[in-house]
Amino acid sequence: MSGMIIEGKTGRWEVICGLEIHCQIISKSKMFSGASTHYGSDTNENVSFVDAGMPGMLPTLNEECVRQAIKTGLGLNAVINKYSEFARKNYFYADLPQGYQITQFKYPLVGEGKVVVNLSDGTTKEIGIERIHIEQDAGKSIHDISPNKSFIDLNRAGVGLMEIVTKPDFRSPEEAGAFLRKLRSIVRYLGTCDGNMDEGSMRCDINVSVRKVGETELRTRNEMKNVNSVKFVMQAIESEAKRHVETYENGGTIEQETRQFDPNTCATKVMRKKEFAHDYRYFPEPDLLPLVIDDEYIEQIRSEMVELPDAKQERFVKELGLTAYDASVLCENKETAEWFEKAANGHDAKKVANWMMGDFFAMLNEKKISLEESPISPENLGRLVDLITSNVINGKTAKDVFALMAETGDTPDKIVEEKGLKQVTDTAAIEAVIDAVISANPDNVAAYKAGKTALMGWFVGQVMKESRGKANPGIVNQILAQKLNS
Amino acid sequence: MAIDTQTVKKIAFLSRLKIEDDKIDATEEEFNKILQWVDQLKEVNTDDVEPLVSVNENNITMRQDEVTDGNLAKEVLANAPMTEYGYFAVPKVVE
Repeated sequence: MSGMIIEGKTGRWEVICGLEIHCQIISKSKMFSGASTHYGSDTNENVSFVDAGMPGMLPTLNEECVRQAIKTGLGLNAVINKYSEFARKNYFYADLPQGYQITQFKYPLVGEGKVVVNLSDGTTKEIGIERIHIEQDAGKSIHDISPNKSFIDLNRAGVGLMEIVTKPDFRSPEEAGAFLRKLRSIVRYLGTCDGNMDEGSMRCDINVSVRKVGETELRTRNEMKNVNSVKFVMQAIESEAKRHVETYENGGTIEQETRQFDPNTCATKVMRKKEFAHDYRYFPEPDLLPLVIDDEYIEQIRSEMVELPDAKQERFVKELGLTAYDASVLCENKETAEWFEKAANGHDAKKVANWMMGDFFAMLNEKKISLEESPISPENLGRLVDLITSNVINGKTAKDVFALMAETGDTPDKIVEEKGLKQVTDTAAIEAVIDAVISANPDNVAAYKAGKTALMGWFVGQVMKESRGKANPGIVNQILAQKLNS
Repeated sequence: MAIDTQTVKKIAFLSRLKIEDDKIDATEEEFNKILQWVDQLKEVNTDDVEPLVSVNENNITMRQDEVTDGNLAKEVLANAPMTEYGYFAVPKVVE
């Protein structure tokens, strides 16, 4: 049970939430024109006359955008509709030069689907997908350069978007957060959207309402637009749900309206009332024919699908023996999972996972570098684990070798060889060191024999120190025990 | 179906059409004439008939994902009443 319950004065309330996520489709050119989608170009350079809404210009559909949306639909276990239609959504805004957005309304490209999310208490929950439709993005308005003007850059106008609409299945901020992270991971694996919420290539609208536990009808919802991080989405749901409960309990009513979440105050404020602004007067887009695709086309896209995070995670658990938690951490990001697979290939996968999630990630954090910039190659990490499992070096030495690898990028074999770090497994050599330690510390030997067995650890430490950390601790323990207990 | 003055004003606002007060009545009348004609069309039984989106029965033609357009900032901005720093400049939009 992961639902959030708000304990009010008049009873217990539950939260009902649905999300609409706009994902910018990865494609070279725009959805309906041949202008580039490149981010960061000079102002208004990636704009064609189609994007600028010049009279008489006609849209032509980019096949890649259709393909990417279908791929995303398949990744969300959704129905692909072989017949879909484009529609015009009419509204006036300075960054929408056509005066309407080409979108899909009655017949979207992708229908119902589902995503299973993992929650912190170890349970899972299925979230329903209502639909995915494709549409064009608007331009960008900049309000903060001039005090009395707004500036418009149309480079983004016409870039392809997928709008993913969920069912109102979320009962807590945590579920919504888990879903967003899962969705981001899926679109990144698929390469259909880069999922960067802070750069606006993935934007989230939130619908929230509350109801008394036990009620079956939905109450009035409010929408919060363009929330730009997972954390803010979670905060917005919580603060909005609490506001609803407070309003109801003070005898007020909730009016349907669009609100804006302010991360500084963690509260929402009203943006616009619904009745007037939302009269979009949709009608079928006369400039585009219906989009009809066949099974062959869908199957061809299905055959190009990569292994998704859930499947990969399951394989890591079943075939490589990782724990579910380790597998989920390593699979959240495609690059991390691929790096791990390279490192684990032919080596002890569980140990490789431990090293990666421990010392390796810590090293990346400390150096503030990305995985691609790592001085340690996946092959070398795998090799380091081999040196430990085959008893060439012990665990403690391995840490030192790892530090040197991070510094120099050398192979662990080279470091072990050059620094003479090979573990001493020659029992005669270890025995000699032990004898020396025993004869140098008669007091402690006597104390040990008198029953102070905790001194064993101290003896081991002394021997390891004398051998400069190279003695095999297992052998040291064994011989020491024999000698001290005889 | 007939519409009233209030609806005429609302639709004019949504369409950003400026209709002078002395033209409202005439517009309302024209509007209602069109609607009467639509009402007449509605007498045809269309049960089980899917809406016709296009009389063209061809499937949509899609283009390959190639950059073939753009780099026209000067031309795109040429008709703008106001530009600054390469942007379209418009009266401040306040949310």
